[in-house]
Amino acid sequence: MRRNRYSYFLKEGVNSIFTHGFMSFASVSIIVACLIIMGSFTLLTINVQSMIKKWESENQMLAFVDEAFTGDQAKELEKELKAIPNVADAKFVSKDEALKSYLSQFGDNDLFKGIDSSVLRHRYIVYLKEIGKMAESKKNLEAVKGIVKVNAHLEISQGFVTITRIVSTVSIIIIVILLVISMFIMSNTIKLTTFDRREEIAIMKMVGATNAFIRWPFVFEGLILGFVGALIAFLLQWAIYYFLVMEINKSSTMKLIETVPFGQLALPLLGIFVATGLIVGAGGSLTVIRKYLNV
Amino acid sequence: MVRMVNVCKAYENGTKALKGITAEIKDGEFVFLVGPSGSGKSTIIKLLTGEIAPTLGSIIVNGYDLETIKPAQMPFLRRTLGVVFQDFRLIDKKNVYDNVAFAMHAVGASSRDIKRRVPYVLELVGLDTKTRRKPNELSGGEQQRVAIARALVNNPQLIIADEPTGNLDPARSLEIMTLLERINKLGTTVLVVTHEKELVNRFSKRVIAIDNGKLISDGMDGYYNYET
Repeated sequence: MRRNRYSYFLKEGVNSIFTHGFMSFASVSIIVACLIIMGSFTLLTINVQSMIKKWESENQMLAFVDEAFTGDQAKELEKELKAIPNVADAKFVSKDEALKSYLSQFGDNDLFKGIDSSVLRHRYIVYLKEIGKMAESKKNLEAVKGIVKVNAHLEISQGFVTITRIVSTVSIIIIVILLVISMFIMSNTIKLTTFDRREEIAIMKMVGATNAFIRWPFVFEGLILGFVGALIAFLLQWAIYYFLVMEINKSSTMKLIETVPFGQLALPLLGIFVATGLIVGAGGSLTVIRKYLNV
Repeated sequence: MVRMVNVCKAYENGTKALKGITAEIKDGEFVFLVGPSGSGKSTIIKLLTGEIAPTLGSIIVNGYDLETIKPAQMPFLRRTLGVVFQDFRLIDKKNVYDNVAFAMHAVGASSRDIKRRVPYVLELVGLDTKTRRKPNELSGGEQQRVAIARALVNNPQLIIADEPTGNLDPARSLEIMTLLERINKLGTTVLVVTHEKELVNRFSKRVIAIDNGKLISDGMDGYYNYET
């Protein structure tokens, strides 16, 4: 009996989608448009944050070893350096390697011609886990016996921290605003479709239908429309992202931008789209028909 | 059974639609409620169907006291009623069969009962050959017969017809009224709200006349004798 009723509600919901074809099309289109706008901005934010993270991880400090240390003694510091909190990695560079690196960069410059590696120091390239704690890490590195000097671009680290904060805050604000606007547009579209059927609801009430009986077909209808809208939006988003990534990779200047593969984002994005579609579809229907149920 | 005792209704805008109506309709009766436009007929219908509440007085419809009825009980009161409107109020996108069947779905009837009862009622109103037609493919009289079938399908104790012939020509009006009389003879109480004097006078039924929110006559002589 109960199963019969739910299959009736489902059948009514599906029928209603087709009998009110234009309004169903409008609802799905609005859901698709809003989800794509929101999704595109979310993907953009994720990519910007991923790039900042990558740049952060590439940012390094140079820790110079005391001139009195032999190569072997200098190498022994590696363990100690890696044990410092916030140090992700410490890569040893000998005097000879350092000279080679200089020559490869500035070999044409007369200043470096005939230079001997003994004028240079052994050094470590130190990578940090969190760039925001660069100043503190610099102090810890300088405290290690055998390290005489640490070169760190503190102003760059501060810049990254500021940029990350700004990007995160602005993204959250914009995504929330877009979400609210999308909800508003979607619930208004659903309101229009329901307004079209207030007479039907009044007739249902008059023949003795309970509020639950009236509500369920609308809920099923909203769920189906929301789900279909979410799936279409996801597929379109995928296509747009794929196309953009392809264009970026084709372009010689934009090639430097490293994009996050869609595969990594697909499942969470699909989840968010489907959840938003279902909530907006069913929630919108429920909120709006409540008004017409007080007959 | 309907019992109204000293019923008054004043709307929020100050209009006093009913001023102390007392009347009773017993089970199995056929009653015409007549009166000019603005006399309070529609207000009485809205009160009986629970759409609005009285300002004063008591109303009992089929055992439900409308003064104390809870919102959750309202659907169950309405299941004891069958309401027919002047403008038919059919769902355009459903065919004749589905327009009638949906009233049974609404009260939780089983598929088996629906399949048995709907064809019977459609045959009773003479529409058994047009079950797959949409309302806009039917004449006004036929649409009203669908509305009557829908009102009848849940076997209500009382059928309330609000100006059921208002949109029909005299021949179709007579057909509808004859159909309602037939339904009454099968045991259902019928209350017909109308202002069509000739039609009322053609049937020898009880006539309750109201004007300006007051009951002005209640006669068993079956005659609409009040001049407006």
